[in-house]
Amino acid sequence: MTTIVPPAPREITTEPRPSDKVFRGLVTAGGLSSLLILGLIAVFLGYRGFEVLVQEGFGFITNSDWSVTVDENANVIDSNFGLAAMLVGTILCALVAVVIALPISVFSALFLNFYAPDRLKRFLIAIIDMMAAFPSILFGIWGFLVLMPTAEYWAKLIHKYLGWIPIFDLQVPVYTRSPFVAGVVLAIMIIPIITSVSREVFSQAPLDRIQAAYALGATRWAMIKSVVIPHGRNGVIGGAMLGLGRAMGETVAVFTVLNIVFQVNWQVLLGAGGNVASLIILKFGEANPYEIKALMAAGLILFLLTLLVNAIANVIVKTTGKSGR
Amino acid sequence: MTTIPTPIKPWKATKRERLIDLSIFLLALLASYLVVALTEMKGKLALFIVFFIAYMLFTASIKGLKLGSAAAKDAVVNSLVALGAIVTVIPIASILFTVVQKGLPGISLNLFVSDMSQATTTDPLSNGGLLHAITGTLMLVTLALIMSVPIGILTALYLTEIKGRFTAPIRFLVQAMSGVPSIVAGLFILSAILYPITKSFSGLMGALALTILMIPTIARTSEEVLNLIPNDLREAGVALGGTQWRTVAMIVLPAAKSGLVTAVILGVARIAGETAPLLLLTGGGDKVNPNPFSGPLGSLPYYIWKSFNSGSPEALTRAWAGLLVLVGLVLILFTMARYLGTKKVSK
Repeated sequence: MTTIVPPAPREITTEPRPSDKVFRGLVTAGGLSSLLILGLIAVFLGYRGFEVLVQEGFGFITNSDWSVTVDENANVIDSNFGLAAMLVGTILCALVAVVIALPISVFSALFLNFYAPDRLKRFLIAIIDMMAAFPSILFGIWGFLVLMPTAEYWAKLIHKYLGWIPIFDLQVPVYTRSPFVAGVVLAIMIIPIITSVSREVFSQAPLDRIQAAYALGATRWAMIKSVVIPHGRNGVIGGAMLGLGRAMGETVAVFTVLNIVFQVNWQVLLGAGGNVASLIILKFGEANPYEIKALMAAGLILFLLTLLVNAIANVIVKTTGKSGR
Repeated sequence: MTTIPTPIKPWKATKRERLIDLSIFLLALLASYLVVALTEMKGKLALFIVFFIAYMLFTASIKGLKLGSAAAKDAVVNSLVALGAIVTVIPIASILFTVVQKGLPGISLNLFVSDMSQATTTDPLSNGGLLHAITGTLMLVTLALIMSVPIGILTALYLTEIKGRFTAPIRFLVQAMSGVPSIVAGLFILSAILYPITKSFSGLMGALALTILMIPTIARTSEEVLNLIPNDLREAGVALGGTQWRTVAMIVLPAAKSGLVTAVILGVARIAGETAPLLLLTGGGDKVNPNPFSGPLGSLPYYIWKSFNSGSPEALTRAWAGLLVLVGLVLILFTMARYLGTKKVSK
């Protein structure tokens, strides 16, 4: 007679297999690389720019001189580095861009979601997404050769009719290569970004409430005003800030259409602006090692600025959908 | 005998309403034409604005008279929304039109078989070509792909498959990384690798900067794609006794293949025309350089930039021709991505 020996109870464990441990380690390492890269950017730019940042102190962002004097042996005798004009210019151009792009983007996002027939919608989405992938040098050259004459004409009109508003005022009638022109070019570059973010948040507007609004006899605009806008408001603001971040970091397109002047200028229409990224391209070619350090420090400031704007934008976009309930 | 009622479609515009719409359109056109002809406001812009305002006012007043103020507001917004879409599309059309119009005269076979080592940008177009720039861009993109695809896809896998304790911060950092200005990426490579280690311009340096710009695009698009893979597939894989590694490698990734290819193509489209870091890092040679690891490497954006800045008409034509090639490349990539992306997730 044989006795049936029950199999020994199997040990159950949640411990992953060795192959999975390797896999998880590898994937986690890959995932953490973004942290590593961002950290390294800050560390290295800070390390290279440290000397200049210490020497200039707070003046690096409040002065607007940029000069370096060297003797025959290429030793630096005297240097003055200040980013104030460039920072003001960067923010000014980016703000002009967002002010122009935001209404256009919101309206076209509404059009895409609630007005356009299906086929037109798909076609428009495809070309707007494509535009977001256009190289910035294309916008720069097109802006310089095609848009600038027109934009100057607009600038003259604005000055003629709205000149009494301080920022549209102008003492010297120089309209060429102004922050306004750069802002228009940047606006065209960020319209696709703001449009696609807005489109996304608008399309998440709850269908039941849209239909409830229609059932109550709302017109399309009344529905949008009472359902879609409250739902998507934060998303649109976040999208605008993403656009702002992109506009502040843009280099080549701005460089081609903006006249860089080392003087703080708040007059949008005057042909004298500043831009941190363009400064780097402008000065890089003939810079001596010490000036390069200053440029690194400028890059660090730009990096931190865009990081801050992007972080705020992402936090705002994420809160979409929680409001309006 | 029963009568079958003909279906009525009350939401469709009647002939009368369509006639009214058409006449409003024509009236607005006429009014704007008259205003431009009779007053001192001149030009296409004035015509466009006056037409738009006239159309908006006419439709709003007709709707308002017939249906009340809510309908009038609705009509105003209708016009505004259409205007928004038109204004969005005009620059795209203008850019494409200009590139083709100005670039086509500069396109010739010569462009694709010779480089600029024997020519300057101001020479007639029969001298020199784009070969060094095209090969350079291809090498840069290939190198950037080799480095960024593994990192990008691993990041996406971490966010979708592992969902460990760093998920939220990594997602946040990837978002933040997509906002890093291209010039900052260039400066970073300059400060971290070029100055302390290699001390000379090369294609590899440019490719490293492009990698930084490409990772977030690939990671974010891949994450979206991987999120679309139904969880049933993963559970089935695990239920069959597969380890997580086998499930991901043999089920999830193959199922997401076309989407992942889309992500990679979008990443390439994002960096193909990136100019600023290349100006800092590659040195931009005029000769075909088969070795991206040493010596200056030309690229399409660098070539365009150089030609554009030298200012003569020939150089400008060169720049436009280069832009046309670059835009053509981006368009092809984008169409490929669209085509693959709209295909259904296979299996």
